[in-house]
Amino acid sequence: MRIQADRDVCIGAGNCVLAAEDVFDQDDDALVVVLQEHPAPGQEAEVRNAVAQCPSGALALVED
Amino acid sequence: MTTTIPRHMQRDRFAPVPETQAARDEDGFPAIRTAFGTTARLVTRYADVREVLGDAERFSNAGLPRLPTPDGENARAGNLLATDPPEHTRLRRLLTGEFTVKRIRRLEPRITEIVDEHLDAMEQAGPPADLVSAFALPVPSLVICELLGVPYADRHEFQDRATRQIDLSRSLEERGRVAAESRAYMGELVDRAFAAPGDDMLGMLVREHGDDLTRAELIGIASLLLIAGHETTANMLGLGTLALLRAPDQLVRVRDEPGAVAPAIEELLRFLSVVHSGIPRTARHDTTVGGTPVAAGDLLVLSLPSANRDPAAVERPDELDVTRAIAPHVAFGHGVHHCLGAPLARAEMAVAFPALLRRFPDLALGIPFEDVEFRSATVVHGLRALPVTW
Ligand code: HEM
Ligand code: HEM
Ligand code: SF4
Repeated sequence: MRIQADRDVCIGAGNCVLAAEDVFDQDDDALVVVLQEHPAPGQEAEVRNAVAQCPSGALALVED
Repeated sequence: MTTTIPRHMQRDRFAPVPETQAARDEDGFPAIRTAFGTTARLVTRYADVREVLGDAERFSNAGLPRLPTPDGENARAGNLLATDPPEHTRLRRLLTGEFTVKRIRRLEPRITEIVDEHLDAMEQAGPPADLVSAFALPVPSLVICELLGVPYADRHEFQDRATRQIDLSRSLEERGRVAAESRAYMGELVDRAFAAPGDDMLGMLVREHGDDLTRAELIGIASLLLIAGHETTANMLGLGTLALLRAPDQLVRVRDEPGAVAPAIEELLRFLSVVHSGIPRTARHDTTVGGTPVAAGDLLVLSLPSANRDPAAVERPDELDVTRAIAPHVAFGHGVHHCLGAPLARAEMAVAFPALLRRFPDLALGIPFEDVEFRSATVVHGLRALPVTW
C-alpha cells in the first residue's frame, strides 16, 4: 500500500498527523509531509483512519 | 423583534429536534426560514453534508446577505468563512502555519497552567460553582487572547459584543452596529501591532505578511479568530462536562485512562456538534446532491448535528459512547473551510477535561438535569450556566 498526498489540495488541518503521527507530519506552512510512503502492515488501520479524516481529500491510498 | 428560532438551531437538549432527525429519511431537502428571513433548504444526511462542504467549486460561501453596517466598511474582509477560493486559499495559507499540530503542542504547558489556575480558584472559593463562568468560558478566552495578543482585561467588553453579534434574536440593525464596534476595537489593536509588532500572532502576521494583507483583512482575521477561539471550545467544555456527568462510567474513563481522552473528545465533538450548521452555501449552478436536484442560487443550510447522528455513518448514533472506534464526523466541518483551530480546540479539551475531573473526583450537577438552561438562538449551541458541586 502506498500513500499519495496532494500538497496543492491539502489545507493543513493536521487531522492526518493526529491520526497517524509516525506516518504524517506538517511542514512550517502546515502542509502535509508523508514520512512513510509505504506504511507497515501494523499501521494500515491508522493510515486508513487518517485518510478518512482528511477534510480536503488530499490523501489517497493506492495498492501496489 | 421576535423571531422563531431557525429550525436547524432548535435542539432537544443535546440532540437536534426530532423533525430535523426525521428529515434524514425523507426525500429532498425541506425548506426552512433562516435567521435573516430568507428561505433555505435543510441538508441533514451525512453523505450529502460532506458532499456540499467538500465542493467549494459548486457551492459558494460568499452568497449571504450582508448585515447593514453603519461604518460602511466591508464587514466580510478577512473573514475566511465568507470567502471562496482563490481568495480563501490565499488568506488561509497565511494562517495555517500558526496552527500546525507541532505549534499547538508547544502551547500545551501554558494551556495546562491556565487550566490549573482556574481550578485552583474554584477550589479555593469552594462549592457550589457555575462551571461555565468559572472554567469553561475563561480558559479558552485566556488562551486565545494570549495567542492573538488581545488584552484579556478587555474580555468582558468583547465577549458581550460577540454574544450580541451572534444572537439571532436581536435585530439586524443592532447586530450590525455591534459588529462595527467590534471592528473599531480590533482596528486599534491592529494599528498598535503595525506600529510595534509583538511576539503574539497579530505581531507575527504584521511582520511576516504585513505587505500581503490589508488593514481590513487583518481586522477580519483577528476578529474571526477571537470569536471562533472562545465561543466554540467554551461550549464544548460546558456541554461536554454535562454529558459526561450523565454517563458516570464514561466520565471515569476520561478521568483515569490517559489513552481514553483523545477518542472521547472526538465522540463528544460528534455527539454535541456545537456548531449547528456551516455557513449556508449557495449553489453556483443547477446540480444534484445525493440525487436531489438543487437549482442555481439555492441556499443550503447544513445540519452538522443531524449529519453526525446519521445511522448510515455511525452505529447507535444517539448514544454517547466514548469507547467507540473514532467515527469521522463533521463537527469541525469538512472541505477547504474545515476548522482552522481544530488542533488548538483538541489540545484545550485534552488538557481541560481530565484536569477538571481529577481535581474534583466528586463533581456533580448542582441542580436537577431538567433545570439546566441550554442556550438557544445562537450560532453555537451551549449552556447558559452549569451549576456544579463537589
Ligand atoms: C468575526 C467573526 C464572525 C463574524 C463577524 C460573523 C458574522 C456573522 C454574520 C453577520 C452572520 C449573519 C449572516 C449575515 O447577515 O451575513 C453570521 C451567520 C453565521 N455565522 Fe458567523 N460570524 C463570525 C464567526 C463565526 C464562527 C466562528 C462561526 C462558526 C464556527 C460562525 C457561524 C455562523 C453561521 C453558521 C451563521 C449562519 C446562521 C444561520 O444559519 O442563520 N460565525 N455570522
Ligand atoms: C471545539 C471547538 C470548535 C468547533 C466545534 C469548531 C467548528 C468549526 C466549524 C464547523 C467550522 C466550519 C464552518 C463552515 O464550514 O461553514 C469552523 C471553521 C473555523 N474555525 Fe472552528 N471550531 C472550534 C474551535 C475553533 C478555535 C479554537 C478556533 C481558533 C483559534 C477556530 C477557528 C476557526 C476558523 C478561523 C474557521 C474558518 C476556517 C475557514 O473558513 O477556512 N475554531 N470551525
Ligand atoms: S488531514 Fe488532509 S488537509 Fe489536513 S494536513 Fe493532512 S493531508 Fe492536509
